[in-house]
Formats: sequence, structure tokens, C-alpha cells
Amino acid sequence: MKRRTLLATGASAAIATALGVPARAQDKTKVGFIYVGPINDGGWTQHHHHSAMEMVEHFGDAVDFVYQESVPEGPDAERAITQMALGGADIIFTTSFGYMDPTINVAAKFPDVKFEHATGYKMADNVSVYSARFYEGRAVQGTLAGRMTQSNKIGYIASVPIPEVVRGINSAYIHAKKVNPDVEFKIIWIFEWLNPAKEADAAKALIEQGCDVILQHTDSTAPQQAAKDAGNVYTFGQAADMAEFAPMPRISSIIDEWAPYYIDRVQAVMDGTWTSTNTWDGIGPGMVGIGEISSAVPDDVKAEAEALRDAIASGEYHPFTGPINKQDGSVWLAEGEVADDGTLAGLNFYVEGIEGDIPS
Amino acid sequence: MDINPILLLAAVMVASTPVLLAAIGELVVERSGVLNLGVEGMMITGAVFGYIIGHGSGSAIGGFAAAALAGACLSLIFGFLTQFLLTNQTATGLGLTLFGLGLSSLVGQGATATYPVTVPRLPIPLLSDIPAIGPILFNHDAVVYLSILLIVLVWFVMFRSRAGLILRAVGENHDAAHALGYPVRLVRMAAIFFGGGCAGLAGAYISLVRVPQWTDGITAGAGWIALAIVVFASWKPFRLLIGAYLFGGVTVLQLNLQADGTLALLDIAIGLLAAAAAVVWLTRSITKKAAAPMDNLLSVIILVLSVVYGLLRLAGMQTIPIEYLSMLPYLATIAVLVGLRASNAPASLGKTFHAST
Repeated sequence: MKRRTLLATGASAAIATALGVPARAQDKTKVGFIYVGPINDGGWTQHHHHSAMEMVEHFGDAVDFVYQESVPEGPDAERAITQMALGGADIIFTTSFGYMDPTINVAAKFPDVKFEHATGYKMADNVSVYSARFYEGRAVQGTLAGRMTQSNKIGYIASVPIPEVVRGINSAYIHAKKVNPDVEFKIIWIFEWLNPAKEADAAKALIEQGCDVILQHTDSTAPQQAAKDAGNVYTFGQAADMAEFAPMPRISSIIDEWAPYYIDRVQAVMDGTWTSTNTWDGIGPGMVGIGEISSAVPDDVKAEAEALRDAIASGEYHPFTGPINKQDGSVWLAEGEVADDGTLAGLNFYVEGIEGDIPS
Repeated sequence: MDINPILLLAAVMVASTPVLLAAIGELVVERSGVLNLGVEGMMITGAVFGYIIGHGSGSAIGGFAAAALAGACLSLIFGFLTQFLLTNQTATGLGLTLFGLGLSSLVGQGATATYPVTVPRLPIPLLSDIPAIGPILFNHDAVVYLSILLIVLVWFVMFRSRAGLILRAVGENHDAAHALGYPVRLVRMAAIFFGGGCAGLAGAYISLVRVPQWTDGITAGAGWIALAIVVFASWKPFRLLIGAYLFGGVTVLQLNLQADGTLALLDIAIGLLAAAAAVVWLTRSITKKAAAPMDNLLSVIILVLSVVYGLLRLAGMQTIPIEYLSMLPYLATIAVLVGLRASNAPASLGKTFHAST
């Protein structure tokens, strides 16, 4: 045995002892999760955790589940992932975009451990990536937003300026504009995934400037609370259903349905059939769910939104179908042309009609 | 432009209140000669207890009381360690912050996604009907008024009462105060207790009014800002009020400017700042009033930066990147910290007191 391996084994044994975990039985699969927020954030992280728990329930005693919450996207992430790998995890899910490079780095050191990175694009033999086509859900939200607004001002609380978020803004805008040519988007970037105080302030600023529909790409329910206090403002659930705010102000939601994927991938590890894959599923395969459209929405609008959802699910309609121009007026997609996944994955411009610049 | 100045200013008052509450408590603590860097920890402990008790009992008052008590009790740990076991104040304060963050996370585990109690607005009769000023100043919840009342109260007690004189004496020279027979440790423990209570209230204001909900790390650094503002205010209550509102103002303004898509207001703000700096500089050099080199330096720096900004705008740069707007509150704090002479700091600040000498 090489000395380095001996050391690693020693370290993992020491950690196992320190954590009071009995020596791992060979038949148990150890599954680890790294979360960017606390598991009670009400949104992104809570829903990943919820899905992870469904996976644990599905397998029962066959899996050994560990997780680490509120891991900052940076050097700390690499440390946390390494520690989890040293702790004997067989498969580790890292659930935020900023964990991409740390995941790749750690994966190179632990070739026998499988890694699953959410929302990234860098892969390796033992690193899969998975994400959901949230822009499909945002098309449905945009339609509802365009129909429901009275002031024609729609607020958007944006988080971190990456293609994922820009796609969402574009998709929501295109579909709001389609049903209501007078709509105008007001966008506030807060540069964080989760900061309830800032989200609340942003929502209030948008409401005070006349927005009566607020879309968000941040993880807490603070905007819903602000809208509830305002009384006549509509919001949407983000990542989780946020049903506790229905029927008003939350009139629908985008739900991340990770559980089936988690069950699949852990099963693959158990069967020894796990290979590195790139998954990007939408409403059709069930990775993106549209939550109950509440009674605050008129029946015809509800039917319209549901029809759009079903058209997207069946593949009959793609949210980015031309003609669509870029913000500067140049042509992006010609009549009938559909955006390809490569362009969408790296989307870094607003479509025509959106005011303002994307922060770089 | 969709920014409504009346609503904006009212929002500033709400956004500034937590920092103001935490800072006024810390001001009293520092005036007694103790540096407690645990404000963030006490705040978040107040936030979680305020949320849980407030929600559990259905009473906002109960929530705020519990938060104040929780913050104050936590501060007693710091007080006991630094005043009786003579530990280093800086390290103990930092430890308190870490402890508070962990404790709140533990306590708050189950507290998720439930309806918080509502803290009713308390428009002041007649005054709130005054156009413009009414909605800005007199249409808030009770805690906003309380925070301003606290400023006045602290000022009065500190500078117009015997108790305040003793507190300041202890902060300026604890050995002399001790020699005169004042109970240095008791005075400091009382100040620490008060500071903890204020920080707890500040936290509860975030989790019960401003956000309002509970999530880990919900105070997001507000405690550190409060510490900086105490220095900004050179340990004076009314300057503290201005500092906290300036900070809250910049924070809210940058969100509003983003939403509005126009940064014209920023130009106006920078122009005003440059004008103010020029006035200060000119009057100083004309009257040849004694020293204050840092004030002059600050004025010159602001002037130069404003001119550079103006030239860039003329050269066709449309807007400044939004990231710089996000930085503004912190840059303002740093600029002020650099620019101010800290000569006003209580002379015994941060020093360990032991009665044996």
C-alpha cells in the first residue's frame, strides 16, 4: 500500500470515528450533498434537501446520507467536498453553480467517487452535470405576469449574473410581451442567491416604483412576504412551491423536481452502472414542475398558461422560437428558428425591449 | 422615472432602523470603555428568539421583549469573560459573534415557512396627515419611533445626567474612576447588558418587520455595519442617527436606481457631495481654522473623484457598473472611517481593567 493511500485511509477512519459513525458496511451506499444555503431557506436548498430526503426514503437503510449546508461558493467549497470524499462518500451532489471548479478539482483527486454537479457545464469521467430547463417554467410565469399586471410594470429580482439567470429573464420577458405588448421589466440584481433582507428591500423598491407583479430568481420567500404586506401584488414560488403564500400573493410557481433524478443516479451507483452524463430536462420529463395556479387567476388566463405548459411539455413549442432580436436590435433568431442548447447554455445578452445592462 | 421620493425616504427609515438600534447600544458600550465586536452574534440571536417567541405567542411585543432579553443575556457571557476573567475584548467579541451565529442556527432549525406576527403601523394622528413629511416621518411602526426615542434618551442620559457622567468617566479613565470609588465593572456590565438588549431588538426588527421571516444568517453583516457607524459618529448619538440613515439611504437608493434603470440621481448625489466638499475645503482655507488635515484631505479626494467621474460621463460612459453601487455603502463607511479623526474615542476603549493597580 502506498503511503499516501495509507494516510488517506487513516484520515477517513479518523473522521468516521470522530463522527461516531460505525465502520461502514460494504452494502451501504454513502450519499453526500453540499448545499449553498441553509436547508430551511424556503427555496433552492430546501427543495434539494427535500428531494434528497425523498431519495433516502426510497432506499431506506440501503443508503447512508450526509450533507453540509451553507457552504460558500469558493475555497471553502473545495474543503467541504474533500472532507465529504474523505469521509467515504460514494457519490456527492454539489448543488450550486459556483461549486463547478471545486467539484472538478476534488473529483480529480478521488477517481473512485462519483460527483454530480448541479447547473454547471464542466464534466469529467467521474463528474456528471445536471440542470433543469427552468426557462420553460419562466415562459409560463411570464405569460401569467403579462396577463395579470394592471400597471404593466413587472419587477424581476435577479441573483447572480450567469446565463441561467439571464435565460430566465429573457424567457419571462418574451412571453409577458407576447400577451401584453405594453409590459416593461424592472430588474434588480442583488448578486447573491440568498439574502432575505436584500430581497425584501428589492421587492419593496419594485413595489414602490409601481410594479404589481414580481418575479424572482432568488431563494427566499422574503419577496412573497413583502407582496403580501402590499396586498395587491402577485408573486411566484421559486424552486419550491411556496404554497403557504397561496392563493395570494403567490399565484403559481416553478418547482424543481430533483427526487426522481437523485433516485436514478444513486440506483446507478448501487448497480455499478453509473457513467458521466449531462442531463438538462424540462417540463416534459418532469424535472421542472408548474405549481398549482391559484384562484386569484381568472379561468381563461389559467387555461392559457396551462396550454402553454402542455405545449412545452409535449415538445410542440420551444420558448425561444424566432423571430427574436437581441437587445441592440440585431437578429438573434429568424422566423421559426429555435435556439440551440449551446447558445442557450452560454446566453449572455438581453433580448430586444429589455432596458439596462447585464452586470459583468 | 418611477422613483417616488416620499416612499423612498420612508423606506430609508425602515431599512436603517436595525443598524441604528444595534449601533446606539454599541455606542453606550464603547463609551463605557468596552469594545464588543459581538454585535452581529447578539443581533442574530435576537432575530431568532424574536421570531420564535413572537410567532409562538402571537404577540409582537412579546417577540421584541424576548429578543432584547436574548441579546442581553448573550452579552452577559461576553461581560463575564472580559470583566471578570479579563479575557481579551477583541477576541471574545469575535467569539461571541461566531457563537451567536451557531446558536441561532441551532435554535432556528424548526422555525421555517410559517406566518410571522404582524407589527402594526402606528401613524401618529394629525402629524401623519402633513403632506410629504407625514408619510416620511410619522407613518411607521412603533419600533422606528422607539429607535429615534432611544437616540434622544441616550444623548440625554449620557450628557445631561450624573449616571452618564460616571459612564463616560469609566470609559475615559477607568483607573481614575475606580480611585474615585465608582464601580467600574458594574457600570460596564450594565452598559454591555444594554448594548446586548439593543442588538437583540435590532435583530428582531429584521426577522419580524423588515423581511419578515427566519432564515440562517438573516442579519447578513448588519452588526458589522453598526460597529462602523459608531466610529463614523465619533461616539455621538445624533451623528449616529445621521450615519445610520446615510447608510440605509445608500442601500435603498442603489436598489431603486437599478429598478428605475436610470442613474441620473447618482449624478446629482455625486454633484452635491462634490459641492459640499468644496464648501468645506474653501471655508477651512479661508478662515484658516485650526488643523483638521484629514478633513481637507477627504474633501480633496471627493473633489478629485467627482471630477474624474464627471469627465468619464462626458466621455460617453453611460452608467457606472452596478457592482460599484452595491459597494457604495461599504465604500462610504470606509471613506468615513479613514477621514475621521478617531481622537474622540473613549481613552480606555478596549483596555482591560483590573482593580489591583
